[in-house]
Amino acid sequence: MSEIIEHSITDQQDAKRLDTSLQFLSFTLGQEEYGVDILRVQEIRSWEPVSRIPNVPAYEKGVVNLRGAIVPIIDLRERFQLGHSDYSPLTVVVVLQARMADKTRIIGVVVDSVSDVVDVNKKSIQSAPNFGAKVSTEFINGLVSVNGRMVMLLDVDKLLKLDGLDGEDES
Amino acid sequence: MATILAVDDSASMRQMVAFTLKGAGYNVVEAVDGADALNKAKAQAFDCVVTDVNMPNKDGIELIRDLRALPNYKFTPMLMLTTEAGTDKKQQGKDAGATGWIVKPFNPDQLLKTIKKVMG
Amino acid sequence: MSIDMAQFHQVFFEESFEGLDAMESGLLNLDLGDVNVEDINTIFRAAHSIKGGSGTFGFTAVSDFTHVMETLLDEMRDGRRKITQPAVDVLLGSVDCLRDMLQSIQNGSEVDQSDVAEHKLALDSELNNAVPNIPSAGKQTAKASTVLSADDVKQIAGWVIAFSPHLHLLKTGNEPVRMFRELASLGKLTTTADLQGVPNLYDLDPEECHLSWKLEVSGDIPETEIDEIFDWVEDDCDLAKQPIYKTSTSSTQADVSADIAIKPVTNSVAREISAEFTSTEESEANAVDRKNGKKEDAKAAPKGSSSIRVDTSKIDTLINMVGELVITQSMLSLLGEHFELNKLDQLKNGLSQLERHTRELQESVMNIRMLPISFVFSRFPRLAHDISSKLGKKIELKLVGENTEVDKTVVELLSDPLVHLVRNSLDHGIEMPDVRLAAGKPETGTVTLEAYHRGGNIVIEVTDDGKGLDKDKLRAKAIEKGLIDPDAILSDKQTYELIFMPGFSTAEKLTDISGRGVGMDVVRRNIQALGGNIEILSELGKGSTISIHLPLTLAILDGQSIAVGDETYILPLGSIIESLHVKEDRLNRVAGKGETFLLRGQYLPIIRMHQIFNVPTAKTTKLTEGLIVVVEGQGLRCGLFVDDLLGQQQVVIKSLEANYRRIEGVSGATILGDGSVALILDIPGLVRLSNQ
Repeated sequence: MSEIIEHSITDQQDAKRLDTSLQFLSFTLGQEEYGVDILRVQEIRSWEPVSRIPNVPAYEKGVVNLRGAIVPIIDLRERFQLGHSDYSPLTVVVVLQARMADKTRIIGVVVDSVSDVVDVNKKSIQSAPNFGAKVSTEFINGLVSVNGRMVMLLDVDKLLKLDGLDGEDES
Repeated sequence: MATILAVDDSASMRQMVAFTLKGAGYNVVEAVDGADALNKAKAQAFDCVVTDVNMPNKDGIELIRDLRALPNYKFTPMLMLTTEAGTDKKQQGKDAGATGWIVKPFNPDQLLKTIKKVMG
Repeated sequence: MSIDMAQFHQVFFEESFEGLDAMESGLLNLDLGDVNVEDINTIFRAAHSIKGGSGTFGFTAVSDFTHVMETLLDEMRDGRRKITQPAVDVLLGSVDCLRDMLQSIQNGSEVDQSDVAEHKLALDSELNNAVPNIPSAGKQTAKASTVLSADDVKQIAGWVIAFSPHLHLLKTGNEPVRMFRELASLGKLTTTADLQGVPNLYDLDPEECHLSWKLEVSGDIPETEIDEIFDWVEDDCDLAKQPIYKTSTSSTQADVSADIAIKPVTNSVAREISAEFTSTEESEANAVDRKNGKKEDAKAAPKGSSSIRVDTSKIDTLINMVGELVITQSMLSLLGEHFELNKLDQLKNGLSQLERHTRELQESVMNIRMLPISFVFSRFPRLAHDISSKLGKKIELKLVGENTEVDKTVVELLSDPLVHLVRNSLDHGIEMPDVRLAAGKPETGTVTLEAYHRGGNIVIEVTDDGKGLDKDKLRAKAIEKGLIDPDAILSDKQTYELIFMPGFSTAEKLTDISGRGVGMDVVRRNIQALGGNIEILSELGKGSTISIHLPLTLAILDGQSIAVGDETYILPLGSIIESLHVKEDRLNRVAGKGETFLLRGQYLPIIRMHQIFNVPTAKTTKLTEGLIVVVEGQGLRCGLFVDDLLGQQQVVIKSLEANYRRIEGVSGATILGDGSVALILDIPGLVRLSNQ
């Protein structure tokens, strides 16, 4: 079953959002908790078989047909080197919209489980120190504490860019 | 509500004329050349005809001549849109039965003023 | 009320560009020895329209410029001016200039004033040249006004007007009442009707105007305003007017003079054609380059709005098909509501109908994007004309199959490569007239552009009867440039295709005809990017033919599914030569050069799909146990080692790059019937992968 959270990213929407608060979807990868801007989340699906793509990093699992669009599926666990876990019907794929230049790309990321949609005050977001985390701090926007747990906020656009998936510098 | 037939082979001119007249509350039917206009005029009684002169498939002057031959267009006001301010096109038009003319380029206000003058 | 004219601008620009194209092709097709009046009329009308529109929408400079062209053309169509080649050339140049002007205005960029001034000068001098009689512009029948005289400082208190319409006045659509209404708006109006002219009832023709009037209007009204009211009916009535002066007392009873008051002459439209002449300090060569470069850009800039003109019949067909689809769908849905097994046949029928309608709909929609290739071909007559005169060559351009339809994107992307090819033919292919005669050829060279459909492709051929390609020279040049080994053995075809190698076509002298050294390699790459290919045939001394093959539509592909392990891939059907099981004795393994197999005397490389695509589930890795599919891409042939051939089907090409990335060896993806994604293979990419 998939839940569809209908969002389309527009600059206007970003601007209209209250400057003080940020809503994000939190999910777990292994022991750690991460969050992505709720406006970037298109839908949440359960795992389906992918079609393999040759000669790409192992964490790019392949592509799926999402209502006619070809969407790549990236295993964030493997991307962040947290080790691979087997996929089951309970495995969750978060479909994200990443924006670069004038294009919106849709990608799916495999996570362990999805937790909550959380509201935080922007002021409570701390910048991420480089603490040798498993995740490169390049694509972490900040850290926030939710109910005593530390959530790392991912910058989806940067994540794609660093993977070379933004379509630039394609040789 | 009065209906005006606007004839011009130039789409932009046609649109401008139609827009202007509709804005003033007239109904407007467009035709792309003289032949098209004549067909439309035979099918529907217009209260006024505004036509360009230089068009393919029957020019404005011939159109006016043909329209005047139709029984219900004997007295209908027919205006020529002409850029040739000083030549004998005006005379030819008059000979064909034109009511009057509007000189191109004209602005929408001038067009409206003239139409109102003629339509009452 | 003020109307924003800007909303009409886009349409004006589009129709003006079309008009300019019509002018250009009209001028090019004029037979100077036997001019068709209707042709010159069409050219005139196009100029006239542009002038009128530009004036109305406020583009004064355009209007002024076009006015001169229009005047020239008007004299030509009236027979007052002989149509000469120089005049046609000046007009052609003006068409270009006008096109540039409009494009600049449309883009919001600056108009090249010096170019405009230059062409205006050319037009003016043509206008002033050897014309039998230049009629004076406008009727200058100067008539005296009846009453205004030098001592007339007296203030006007009103007018007395005798107005006697001619019998037919009403039949001009003019209505005396309307004139009276206008008069009444100027001041207090009194009308007195004169019934003298009214015949008895039996003789009365109600369509004629038998009445006349004496009108008195009071107020300080200038004569011009009175005249304006009667402007249209000037020749259809007898009009006499007398002013009433403030001081005079008795002139309200002024006699109606029998003289006809004649309106003073209206100003003939004498427009100042002013040009801002920016001084050009550039050297001649630069100026030529700049001009050519600019023209390049102007022509290279996609005339694309991303809009498309579609024949309404195509839309009607589409609407019909959607209608049928809806019917089929509702029939199926009805069936589904209370389905029982005995209705299985109905279901099958319904589903096959659905398939048929969907397919037809798909074809129709694809068809909408199809444009006749004349859109691409249309610029070539002009090109040929210009180049042949510039080079002093005699060239005839033939266009065949202009109605052949091709996808809009193909039209847009094909334009530039084709221009390059035609230019080459004109510049390097066709010889100078004397050389041709010496060779026993007709003085006029022929370049033929032909387009036709074959298979699922469109074929476009550029053929010239020029000097052809010299194999030895080509070979020598390639060796010199280090592109091939001196002892390489090449077939004729391969020799001709040396031209497509990067680095080959840097001409010794960069003529501005052949462009900025944009080589044939770029042309080939562009065509391959469209999924097509290009070939050259030539015969020394006789001529050359370049053929371009392109898929008819870019979005749909006839595909052959192949299986490699658990994976299914799609091969473009057109790239498949044959498939075979290869025997051991036909295989050849050379250390360092990979595996090859023998096919009809030639050794072709083998590409192991399971290897380059890392498929662990391949059924076999023994070449003799799998299947070799012989494919061709970019002129290279090879054998793909796969497990099996599956079915053939038409697939819709979906982009992998839209959300993901470009993958070497893969040109796109498609969604199979079971919803899974299959990759569409790209032969050249596979070759590259295997070479790594």
